[in-house]
Amino acid sequence: MSELILDAPEPQEEEMAVGTAVSDDPVARAAALLKERFPDAVSDDPREGYSGLMVDVDKLVEVATALRDDFGFNYLSSVTGVDLLSENKLEAVYHTYSLDQGGDALVLHVQVDRDNPSIPSLVPVWPGADFQEREAWDLIGIHFAGHPDLRRILTWDGFNGHPLRKDWKEPFFEEEKKPFGSRWPDGGVFRAEEKNPFGKNVQYPAGWQPTGNEYDVETDMYLPGETHVVDPGTGIKTDKVTVNIGPQHPSTHGVFRMVVVLDGETVVDLKPVMGYLHRNHEKIGERNTFIQNIPYTDRLDYLSSMSNNHGYVLAVEKLFGMEVTERAEWLRILMVELTRICNHLWALGFLLNDLGALQTPMLYFYLERELILDFFEATAGSRMMCNYMRFGGVAYDLPDDVRGTPTLQFLEELIYGNLPRVLDQGDQLITGNEIVRSRCIGVGVLSREDAIAYSTAGPVLRASGVQYDVRRANPYSFYPHLDFDIPVRFNGDVMDRYDIRMEEMRQSLRILQQVLPHIKATTGQKINSDKPQYALRAPRAGEAYGRVENPKGELGYYITARRREGNPDRYHVRAPSFINLTPLGKMCQGHKVADIVVILGSIDIVLGEVDR
Amino acid sequence: MYGTGILKGMAVVMKHFVDSYLDDFYWAARGGRYYNDEALQVRQGVKGRGVKTVFYPEEKLDVPERFRFVPFLVTDDPPPGQKWGKDWCTSCGICAKVCPPQCIWIERGKQPNGRPKPEPNAFFIDIDICMNCGFCMEFCPFDAIKLDHDYELASYNRTTAHIHDKERLSKPLSYWREIAPKKAAAEEAARNFVEEAKAKKKARQAGDGEPDPTLADEHARQLMYRGDTY
Amino acid sequence: MTKQIGVDSPDMVVPQELQNNVWITNIAKILDPVYNWGRRNSVWPMVFGLACCAIEMICTAASRYDLARFGMEVFRATPRQSDLMIISGTVTKKMVPTIVRLYNQMPEPRYVLAMGACASGGGPFKEGYSVVDGIDKFLPVDVYVPGCPPTPQALINGLIALQEKIDQQSIATVPWYGKGDPTADGVVPIPVLGPDLVDMRQLDIIRQQAAKVEATAAAGPETEAATE
Repeated sequence: MSELILDAPEPQEEEMAVGTAVSDDPVARAAALLKERFPDAVSDDPREGYSGLMVDVDKLVEVATALRDDFGFNYLSSVTGVDLLSENKLEAVYHTYSLDQGGDALVLHVQVDRDNPSIPSLVPVWPGADFQEREAWDLIGIHFAGHPDLRRILTWDGFNGHPLRKDWKEPFFEEEKKPFGSRWPDGGVFRAEEKNPFGKNVQYPAGWQPTGNEYDVETDMYLPGETHVVDPGTGIKTDKVTVNIGPQHPSTHGVFRMVVVLDGETVVDLKPVMGYLHRNHEKIGERNTFIQNIPYTDRLDYLSSMSNNHGYVLAVEKLFGMEVTERAEWLRILMVELTRICNHLWALGFLLNDLGALQTPMLYFYLERELILDFFEATAGSRMMCNYMRFGGVAYDLPDDVRGTPTLQFLEELIYGNLPRVLDQGDQLITGNEIVRSRCIGVGVLSREDAIAYSTAGPVLRASGVQYDVRRANPYSFYPHLDFDIPVRFNGDVMDRYDIRMEEMRQSLRILQQVLPHIKATTGQKINSDKPQYALRAPRAGEAYGRVENPKGELGYYITARRREGNPDRYHVRAPSFINLTPLGKMCQGHKVADIVVILGSIDIVLGEVDR
Repeated sequence: MYGTGILKGMAVVMKHFVDSYLDDFYWAARGGRYYNDEALQVRQGVKGRGVKTVFYPEEKLDVPERFRFVPFLVTDDPPPGQKWGKDWCTSCGICAKVCPPQCIWIERGKQPNGRPKPEPNAFFIDIDICMNCGFCMEFCPFDAIKLDHDYELASYNRTTAHIHDKERLSKPLSYWREIAPKKAAAEEAARNFVEEAKAKKKARQAGDGEPDPTLADEHARQLMYRGDTY
Repeated sequence: MTKQIGVDSPDMVVPQELQNNVWITNIAKILDPVYNWGRRNSVWPMVFGLACCAIEMICTAASRYDLARFGMEVFRATPRQSDLMIISGTVTKKMVPTIVRLYNQMPEPRYVLAMGACASGGGPFKEGYSVVDGIDKFLPVDVYVPGCPPTPQALINGLIALQEKIDQQSIATVPWYGKGDPTADGVVPIPVLGPDLVDMRQLDIIRQQAAKVEATAAAGPETEAATE
C-alpha cells in the first residue's frame, strides 16, 4: 500500500493545464464537420457565453443521426428545455458525448417559436431521450413531434399549465427572485397558505368548476390491446392482468410506481410512473441565488449529498471562472469517494433486501455506513444533508476528532480497516451465496448497444461493457492525478451490476488511500476563496454544464445565467437515476414479477433524484 | 459444492452473534454491559465490535460540535435575575437574505427618529420551513445566529410550537460555549483579533507607525465569516 | 393523569346517590394501563418511505438505534396491519391521494407521525407548485418531529412522545378496530387530482373562490396570486 502512495503523483498546476486541454479536440472537429455537411441548418451559437451549435429544427433528426453514426457522438446525455420569455422562444438543449473519445459535450441548441413549440422527437435516434423529452413537455411545454408516448411525467395528466415556463406562477408565489422583500427589514411572519385564496397549496384556472367527472386521469396508463393470450398447445386462454406496483411498495425504494402487464407471472410490459416526489427542484432553483441552491442539491440524491454538491459547484465555478484551492480539491475527493462507498453500501444492502436476504446484509453494511456518516456529521454538521461544498472550495476544514478519535486516525482506521473489512465480509456473506447468484445471473440483461442508446450511466452502463466514467473520460478536480481503475463487466445482468458496485467501492478505497497523504500534507492550507459568497453575481452571461460521476451515474447540472444576475436563469439537473430508468421496461420483459424489484434494485434509484 | 456460499454466509452471521456476546462479557467486567459510557464511546467508534446499539433515551450519542439543527439567537449572558442579555443580532438581514428556503423574518428596530436601530424588534423562524443548512450561521458577521444541538423537539401541535419567535430563539452565549466550546473560543479569538486590529489601525491613523496587518486582518475577517478554523 | 370516563365525564350521567359507587371507573382505571402498555410497546409502523427522511427512518430501525427496543421494529408493508404511519418526507400532490387512501385502510386506533419539516409544513419545498404544505391538511397528525432531516435520535424522541400520548388514552374513548360506519368520522375523503389537487371536503370553497376569481378576471387584471 505504501508504494502506491509514493507512486501517486504530486499535484502540479502545469500538469493540470496540459492534462485538460486536448490538442485535437473531438468536439471542435465534429462541430466543424457538421457545419460543413449541413451548411444551412447548423451554425455556431451566436450568443455570448454559449458554446455548441444552433441547429435548425427541421434538420434536427438528420443532424442527430449523422452525429451518432458518422462522428462518434453516440451518447445523448441530457435533453432539456429552456424558456426564453423575452425572445418569445423555447429552446431545447441536447448534450451529446462520444463514449469512445471522451472529452466535452457537443451541445445542440434548437429554438422554436413559443406559440407553436414543436420539435421532432429524437427517440428514434436515441431511445434515451424518451423520459427526458416527456419531462421537457411536461414542465416547459415543448411538443416533441413523433414521440411514441408523449404524456406528462412528473406532474399528472390534467395538470394546469407547464410550470417551468417563466410566466407560470405557483400558488405560493411571492417574488421572481430570492431574497424576498417580505423577510427583511419589516418581516412580519406569515404562513403562506393563509394568503392563498383557496387556503391550501392549490391554484385553479380561472373559471374552473369542479364537476366530479374529470378525475379519470389514470386510464391511459392501463395499456390497450389484447387482453388475453391463447396457449397454442392446450388452447387455454390466459388473461393478461395489469398490476400496479407502487407508489407505496416496500421494494420500490420510495414512491415509485410501475404499471406492469402480466401474463401469468411473466412480465409482458412495464411502464414506470414517477413524479410522486416531484419537489420542484428546478423551479425553486431558478428563484434561488447561486449559493442557495447548494443545500437544495443535497436533497436530490439524498444518499450522496456530497457528490451532488460537487457537480453543482463545478458547474457554477465553470460559469464564474473560479479557482479551487488545492486542499479543498483533496477534501472534495475525500468526501465524494466516501459518499460513493456510502451509497453503494446502501444500494447493495437494499438490492439484497429485495432479493429476500432480508435485513442481515443490509444491517451489516449500514453499521459501517454509520461511521462514514459520523465523519460527515463531525465535518459538515449533518449526517445526510452535508451542504459542504462552496464555490472555490469547501465550507469547513476537517474537525479535530470524530467520536473521540483524532480525525486522521479515524479516517485511516476507516479506510484501511473497517471499510475493506466490511467489503470482504460482504463478499463472504452473500456474493458467493448460491441463491443470490441464481436470482441475479442472467436477470435483467441490458446489452451494450441498448445501454448506450438508452443513455444509461454509471454502474448500469459499465456493467453492460462500456468502460465509461466521467472521472476518466472528462476529468475534473484532481482525478487525473489519482491512480484507479474503471471496473467493467460484460454481461449486463443484475449480478454484474452488483459486482461493479463492489469493485467500485474497492477502487474508491484505493483513491482514498492516495488522497490521505495529500490531506495530511496540505494541513493548514486554505480551503476556500476569500470572497464572501452570499451575494455572488454572474460575471458573464451564458451557459455552463458541470458533470461528475455520481455513485449512480453521470450527474450533470446545466446552468444559464445573465450577466450581473444573482440567480440562474435556467437550472436543470441531468439526474442519472431518472435516465437510468428509461430501459427498465425493456429489462423486465420476459422476467417474473419477483425479478422486477431485483432489477429495479440493481439500477439503484433514489426518488429524490428521479422526480427532483 | 453447492451450498458452500450459503454456509460461508451463515458463518459470518454466527461470528457476529458470538462477537456480540464476547463483547458483552468484556464490558460486563468493566462497568456493565449496557449503559456504560466508556463502552458507548468505544462501541460507536471505529473500534466498535459486537453490540452497536445506542440505548436512546437512556444513553445518548454525542452530537459533534458542528452539528446543525434549528437556529437560535445568541445574546449576552443575562444579568442576574433576567432571562436574556443584550441581543447580538443587529438586524442586518444577511441571514434572512441568504436563507435558502426563506424561513427567517426580521423586523428591524427603529429609533424614535425613525432611523434603523441595530437590533431586531422581532425575529421569527418557521422551523417547518427551515432546512438546517447552516448558511445563517455561516454568513452572520456578528456570530449572532447559531444552529442548536437540541434535537428533541417533538411536539403535538405545530401551529403553536413551530414558529419560533425571538423569545424562544434567544439563548445566552454561555449556552453556545457549552455546546460548541472550541468553535465559540475560535470565534471569540477572531473577534478579539479584529478589535485589536481596529485599535491598531486607529492608533496608526493617529500617527503611530505600525506595519499594516492586512493579510492577518483579512484572515480574521474570514474567521468571522465562517468560524471554520477549529 | 389519565382522562377517564367516569363521574365527571360529560358523556355519563351518574345519579347523585351513585357517585360514590366508582366500580365502572375503577375497571377503566385498571384496564387502561394494561391496554395502553400493550399498545405503546407494539406500535407497528407502516413501511412507507417518502423522501430523505425515510433514509433516517431506516437508519433508526437499523442496528445502531434499533427500534426493536420499543417494539416498533415490525415494519408492516400493508396498512391493514399497522398502527402508525410515519410520514417520512415531502408529501406531493400526486402522492396525497395514495397516502389518504392508505390511512383510511389502517385499523383504529391509528396514529400519524409527521417526520421532518416537509411532512409538518412543506419544509424547504413549501413554495413549490406540487408540494403539499403539511400532511395535517389531510390527516390528523399526532406527533410532529421537526428537523431536516431529524436525526434517528430525534425520531425516537418523537416516537417516545407518541408513546406518552398513547399512555394518556383510555380504553373507553379510543376508537375501536372494526367498529362503526367506515364512512363516518375518521375517514378522510380521498382528494383527487384535477388541474390542481382537489380536496373533496372543500368543494364549496373552491366553487366560491372560482366564481370570485372569474369575477375579478372579468373585472380587470388578475389579483389572485399577488402577495406583495
